[in-house]
Amino acid sequence: MDGRIPITVTVNGVKKEAEVEPRLLLVHFIREDLGLTGTHVGCDTSNCSACAVLMDGKVVKACTVLAVQADGRKILTVEGLSRGGKLHPVQGAFLAKHGLQCGFCTPGMLMSAYALLRENPHPTEEEIRKGISGNICRCTGYAQIVESVQQAARSKRS
Amino acid sequence: MIPPSFEYASPKSLSEAIDLLASRGEGAKVIAGGQSLIPLLKLRLASPSLLVDINRIPGLNRIEESGDLLRIGAMTRMAEVEASALVREDYPIIHDASAVIGDPLVRNLGTMGGNVSHGDPNNDMPAVMLALGAEFIATGPAGERKIKSQDFFLDAFTVALNHDEILTEIRVPRCLPRSGGCYLKLEQKVADFATAGVAVQVRLTKGGECEEIGVGLTAVGPTAIKARRAEDCIRGKTPSDRAAVLELARLAAEGSNPSTDIRGTSAYKRQVIALLVSRAFRRACERAGGTS
Repeated sequence: MDGRIPITVTVNGVKKEAEVEPRLLLVHFIREDLGLTGTHVGCDTSNCSACAVLMDGKVVKACTVLAVQADGRKILTVEGLSRGGKLHPVQGAFLAKHGLQCGFCTPGMLMSAYALLRENPHPTEEEIRKGISGNICRCTGYAQIVESVQQAARSKRS
Repeated sequence: MIPPSFEYASPKSLSEAIDLLASRGEGAKVIAGGQSLIPLLKLRLASPSLLVDINRIPGLNRIEESGDLLRIGAMTRMAEVEASALVREDYPIIHDASAVIGDPLVRNLGTMGGNVSHGDPNNDMPAVMLALGAEFIATGPAGERKIKSQDFFLDAFTVALNHDEILTEIRVPRCLPRSGGCYLKLEQKVADFATAGVAVQVRLTKGGECEEIGVGLTAVGPTAIKARRAEDCIRGKTPSDRAAVLELARLAAEGSNPSTDIRGTSAYKRQVIALLVSRAFRRACERAGGTS
C-alpha cells in the first residue's frame, strides 16, 4: 500500500487521472500537478480559505483535504467559473463593485460567494457575512466584498 | 506545510475499516472530516503510519429519531446538523453548537463523530454531549458497545475508544415536553477556539421549576467538564430566582479549571463561564417553555 495511489478527479468538468502520494494536499495537486494556480495558498494553516474550491458542490479548504480524498469527486476551481471567455456574474460583480484590492483572497472569496448564492440566491447582508466568514481578506474591510455579493445576487435575478 | 508520509486506505465497509485498525495497532488513525487531523499532520504533531479514511463507508451519515432516542451517525457533517430542522426545533443546544464550530468551509467537512472523538478540550460538541447525557456507540472487532458521555472524555486528546474501535453513532435522549437547551460560546473571531463555552440542557416541571439539568463547559480544562455541583444547586429552582442563578454561575465557574493563554487569564475565563452559564440557563428555560 505504500507509495502512490491512482486517482481520477473531475476538475472543472475535465477528467484528470494521476498517481499521487497519500500525503499530497488537494491544493498542491490542483496548483502543481494540474497547473491551475488560480487557487491560492494563503495561510496554509486552515484559517484563511484563499484555497477554497468546491468539492461535489460544497465549498472546502483545498489545503485541508488530501488529493486521494478527492478521488471520484468533482472539483470546481476559480478557473471553472467563467464560460466561453465570459466572466461568471459573481466575478463580474467583484469587478464592478471593487470587491478586491490586492486580489490574493479573491479566488477563495469567489468560490465561497458562488457556493452561498447557489444555496441561497437572495441572501440578506447578514447571511452574506456569515457565508464568507471563513474567508479572510486583509485589504478591504469586507464592505465592498459584501456589496459585490449583493450585486451578484441582483444580477443573477435579472 | 507538508504532512509526513503515511499509507492510506479507504475501506468501503465498517468491518474492513476495523480489520485494518486491528491489524495495524497504534500506528493507524481514523480520518473522518479531517478538519482537525490534517492541520495536525501538517504541523507534524501527528504522524500515523496508516490513515483509515471512513468517508466512503455507507450508513454512517443520518439524523433520525427512533424510540426514545435521537440518533446521529458519526459521519454526519456539521453543516448537515446545522441545516436539520429537527435538530433546530427540538435539539436547539446541538444546533447552537453546530453553527459556531469552525467556519462554513470547516462545517462542510467536519463531522459530529470527529468533533467528539478527537478529544480536543476546545471542541464544542463534547460539552453539549455532557449536558445532554449522550451515549456513544463504539464499533470494534467484538461488535458494538455503549459509552456514556461522562465516561468518554479521559484527558486532553484522549477518549475511551480503543485503537481498533470507531465511533459510529451518537445517541441523545429524545426531546421531552418542557425541555430545552442552549450553547453559548465566546470566541475572539470566527473559527477560533472558544475562550470559553457553556452548554445547558434543562427540563422544567409544569410549575416552571428546574427538574433536570445538564451543564457542560468548553475550553476550561483538559477535557470538557460536566459541572455537577452547579447542576445540583439549581434543581427545584426557577430561572427567575436570582440568588439561585447567581449560585449556579458561581459553582460553574468554580467547577472550571481554565489556564491563562492568549485568549485570556484564568480569572477572566472563570468570569466568562459565570456569565455564559446564567445566560444559557435562562435561554434554555425560555426554550423549554418557562419564563425567566
